Amino acid sequence: MLKATQLEYKYKSGPTLTFPSIEIGSGDPLLVLGDSGSGKTTFLQLLAGIRKPIQGQILFEDIPLDKLSDSALDKFRGRNIGIVFQQPYFIDALTVEENIMASYYFSSIKKNEKRGTQLLDRLNILKKAKSRPRQLSVGEQQRVGIALALINSPKLILADEPTSALDDNNAQAVLSLLREEADRLGSALIIVTHDKRLKDNIEQTINL
Amino acid sequence: MNLFSISWKNILHKPTSVVLSLVLFALGVGLIAFLLQVDKQVQQKFENNLAGIDLVVGAKGSPLQLILSSMYHIDAPTGNISLEQARPFLNPQHPLVDLAVPLSLGDSYKGYRIVGTTHDILDLYGIQLPAEMMWQENFEVTAGAGVARKLNLSVGDVFQSSHGFTDDIHSHDQDLKIVGILEPTNTVVDQLLLTTPATFWKMHNHAEDETGRNGDTGHNHNGNNHNHNHEHEHEHNHNHNHDHKHENGNVDSMKSPESIISSASNTFLLQQGGNQEITSLLLTFKGRNFQALNLGRNINENTDMQAASPAIEINRLFSLMDTGTQALNTLALAIVFVSGLSIFLAMLNKLRDRKLELAYMRVKGASRTQVFMLIIFEGLIIAFLGSLLGFLLSYGGLYFLSESMETNYNYSLSAGSFSKAELYLFFSALGLGVIAALIPAIQASKTDISITLEGN
Repeated sequence: MLKATQLEYKYKSGPTLTFPSIEIGSGDPLLVLGDSGSGKTTFLQLLAGIRKPIQGQILFEDIPLDKLSDSALDKFRGRNIGIVFQQPYFIDALTVEENIMASYYFSSIKKNEKRGTQLLDRLNILKKAKSRPRQLSVGEQQRVGIALALINSPKLILADEPTSALDDNNAQAVLSLLREEADRLGSALIIVTHDKRLKDNIEQTINL
Repeated sequence: MNLFSISWKNILHKPTSVVLSLVLFALGVGLIAFLLQVDKQVQQKFENNLAGIDLVVGAKGSPLQLILSSMYHIDAPTGNISLEQARPFLNPQHPLVDLAVPLSLGDSYKGYRIVGTTHDILDLYGIQLPAEMMWQENFEVTAGAGVARKLNLSVGDVFQSSHGFTDDIHSHDQDLKIVGILEPTNTVVDQLLLTTPATFWKMHNHAEDETGRNGDTGHNHNGNNHNHNHEHEHEHNHNHNHDHKHENGNVDSMKSPESIISSASNTFLLQQGGNQEITSLLLTFKGRNFQALNLGRNINENTDMQAASPAIEINRLFSLMDTGTQALNTLALAIVFVSGLSIFLAMLNKLRDRKLELAYMRVKGASRTQVFMLIIFEGLIIAFLGSLLGFLLSYGGLYFLSESMETNYNYSLSAGSFSKAELYLFFSALGLGVIAALIPAIQASKTDISITLEGN
């Protein structure tokens, strides 16, 4: 589903970063481990189409992401890639429910209220649908963040340090949640983290 | 969910940050709208009341004051002129004058001016009135629609006039009787109580008998000159003026059987003794020929009366007012400019806090244009609400001004319809909102998405 080969990136002042080639399909998650400064954020940005590599190729179901124009990439990202951020982002003025609607709106995907409700229910935050996200607890915010990442049924789920701020139990819960949803959607899941706790749960691991 | 509703909710989410912009915007737009309305309405009022009057003749003094007192009934009269002096103009044979309407001023009832005049004043303002509703005899009064409504007057009511224009310094003993009420005319006549010139003489002329001085302040409640402190004179002359029990021979004559003509006609006035007085004459010309245009100058140079042209004086007044309006307009524009600046700064400030939020929207698939429009809409919404509030303020202000003008001058302003100028103002205000949001919007559209993934 996703194939990234020999990616290289260079910041204006800094060494050229090279990344290992990866190839993943749906239902088999990939764990990208790396310490701070190892370039895992850059790798994630490259995979999300936020930065363009100076070398190498990213193929997403035969679409070369590195060749798309900026605006085409914006649309592609909105429709096909769900990003779970380390600290979740929201449109603060909107309720959880409205944030979901805004996700549909910006990605130009036909809204599906039933799916939203089901997703919130599975993540156990349905009763918070009418609240503003910033009023919720950190754990709840994290789950809303996951809901927002998954609402468009993305083919690729990128998770950036989803568990680093959580205790063992919660980290475990979030991880299984992500795997479960990825399975349900048939999406590819890439988790980028320095959290070594996750190592035992995911077979396919690369180190940066 | 669309851009507009997200913008709207953003504003509602942190209303405190837009309150200042909103208030400033409302003040600026409100002030301009208010000035537009007042300017329009005042000009309309003045023009409605021009009534084709070509020349006003009265006692020497300020020409503007003569116009204001005789045509608009808002200033004190310049003084009186004798009937002798006015006689040539009252003569229907006058080669130049078409209509000559004599006015006697100086008395009022509860702040509304009583005007001693002839029936010609109705022609002047194009008013139709059945004969039985007209003031024919002395002490008969036909009330303007505005006075009648405000003071709740109806036909048959009896009242006593008071001396001067302000309030009951003292009142005359004789009863005035309402014989008719005019339909609303949207002219100054609405605010007047019309009676015969001789009614004034009957109420005032005994002073003449006592003092033997004619045209002096002794009995002339109008005062001779530019007389803003005439109330003082009332005090002084109180005793002279007050004895109304005497009947004067002159005025009695109209009750004699041979005079069937109404005392509210020029024919009647022409029969009266020349030492009687009126305050002024409103003249219309038969034609605007050279002689007619020279009439005013002749009067000013060769008589001790003055003639004033309404067109010239009102233009002068407008240009005086313009200076004031212009100053206020400049102030209002400055406020609007500052409000635009405040929208700009508030948005620029907010943008810093919202960088991540905007980047997040971009990650979710929002285009640069969409993020740009989001900020533009916010500027537009603030401008729209501010203008709305401004127009409400202006109409509220107009209402209060109208109330106070009605109390002080017996003039009222209508709430008025939305004019073209106001429509322009409204759209300019919206335009300003867009311009103020432009730079923040451009910055927003340049938001770097990568910052969303830099947490580690």
